[in-house]
Amino acid sequence: MADTVLEIRNLVKKFDGHIILNDLDMNVQEGEVVVILGPSGCGKSTLLRCINGLEEIQSGSVRIQGKEISGTKENAGLLRQKVGMVFQSYDLFPHLSVLGNIMLSPVKVQKRKKDEVKEEALELLKKVGLADKADSYPRQLSGGQKQRVAIVRALILHPEILLFDEVTAALDPEMVREVLDVILSLAKQGKTMLIVTHEMQFAKAVADRIVFIDEGKIMEEGTAKEFFEHPQTERAKKFLHVFSFEDVR
Amino acid sequence: MVDFAYIERVLPLYERAAVLTVQLGIEGILLSIVIGLVCALILYEKIPVLRRFVMIYIEVSRNTPLLVQLFFMYYGLPKIGIVLTPEVCGVAGLAFLGGSYMAEAFRSGLDSVENIQRESAYSLGMNRMQAMCYVILPQAVSTSIPAFLANIIFLLKETSVFSAISLMDLMFTAKDLIGLYYKTTESLALLVVFYLMILLPVSIVGAVVERRVRYAGFGA
Repeated sequence: MADTVLEIRNLVKKFDGHIILNDLDMNVQEGEVVVILGPSGCGKSTLLRCINGLEEIQSGSVRIQGKEISGTKENAGLLRQKVGMVFQSYDLFPHLSVLGNIMLSPVKVQKRKKDEVKEEALELLKKVGLADKADSYPRQLSGGQKQRVAIVRALILHPEILLFDEVTAALDPEMVREVLDVILSLAKQGKTMLIVTHEMQFAKAVADRIVFIDEGKIMEEGTAKEFFEHPQTERAKKFLHVFSFEDVR
Repeated sequence: MVDFAYIERVLPLYERAAVLTVQLGIEGILLSIVIGLVCALILYEKIPVLRRFVMIYIEVSRNTPLLVQLFFMYYGLPKIGIVLTPEVCGVAGLAFLGGSYMAEAFRSGLDSVENIQRESAYSLGMNRMQAMCYVILPQAVSTSIPAFLANIIFLLKETSVFSAISLMDLMFTAKDLIGLYYKTTESLALLVVFYLMILLPVSIVGAVVERRVRYAGFGA
């Protein structure tokens, strides 16, 4: 049996009295790819932010490899290195080159050797098809290229789990593809990932397990096949209906 | 007629005064940059108590003329036993005035950095300090450069009131020479030329840097 990388118990998150996440439980095993689906405002992004310690939680626990991440300010940085996160908006540091962006944290935070980090950075850039962009600056890149750099920047810290928060939501269709291909190849390599997306075909292709969230709760979960072909709850059926079109002529 | 012999004779006096002006100006500006940066960080990080003091300081500094601040230090403070040399008063006054302007420049730069930048830094394992030093501050400083250079020019011009506390700066020298020789035109023309020689290069550098920051940005 694989180790549990992420363990969430009775997670409650409130914003100004509004309950965003309501007593949520979830496990992610090593090597597993879990896709979170749900209508907008259901708490998907908030969930990822809680896992990364960017949001304070009101009660419950979030553990990475058995270590509590919330409320532990001192080693928050240490634990966050175990959680790689890629955001929806391209969040590269504009004042640093691509290589500078990728190398900043391994060198300054993890205190690894510059040469070794650079070598790995170039290797990873090659894998995502951006070997020639190492010295470019973020503003010279397309959205899809920026997102791929952001993925490399998260990968190089060797996180135990990668969180993707609607990473393709702000991209043009062709760029969506190039970014999703990178994530698919990570899945093939057996990386543990938790993905929030609105790309249903991609979800189907990449997910070991689909988790459907609404109103801050897990409404339904199962394999991609189960979920897309035989959704159990009315809520999930309604949600999936949004993505299908009937002929009008 | 312009009296060139007079100009030649007083030129060394102007040179000495210009050196003093630039020297005190640079010292005051460097101090004001440090004060400004510290104040801006206190405001940005919303540090309790200190934040109140900084806000009061900024209001006092921005809403009183430098001349009044200098008089207070030079003529007021000795009454309570603090006697400062004119040089110290000049530098301290400039730093007191400039600190608040620099603080505002840095603060608007800090505010312009989007929150997602800080969050990305955190999610890459950086702590507050590292996020500030490596991610937020470099972006904030480059955004504040135009305002920052405008402040430097403003502060250099403000040094002209130093003459009021008997510092032998350019203004003092000109007024002194006018009183002695009554060569008003020559003395004032030299004053203008010397100020231009100090400030024009700064302005030109400022214009170039500003254009780069605005139209090119990083990676140009």
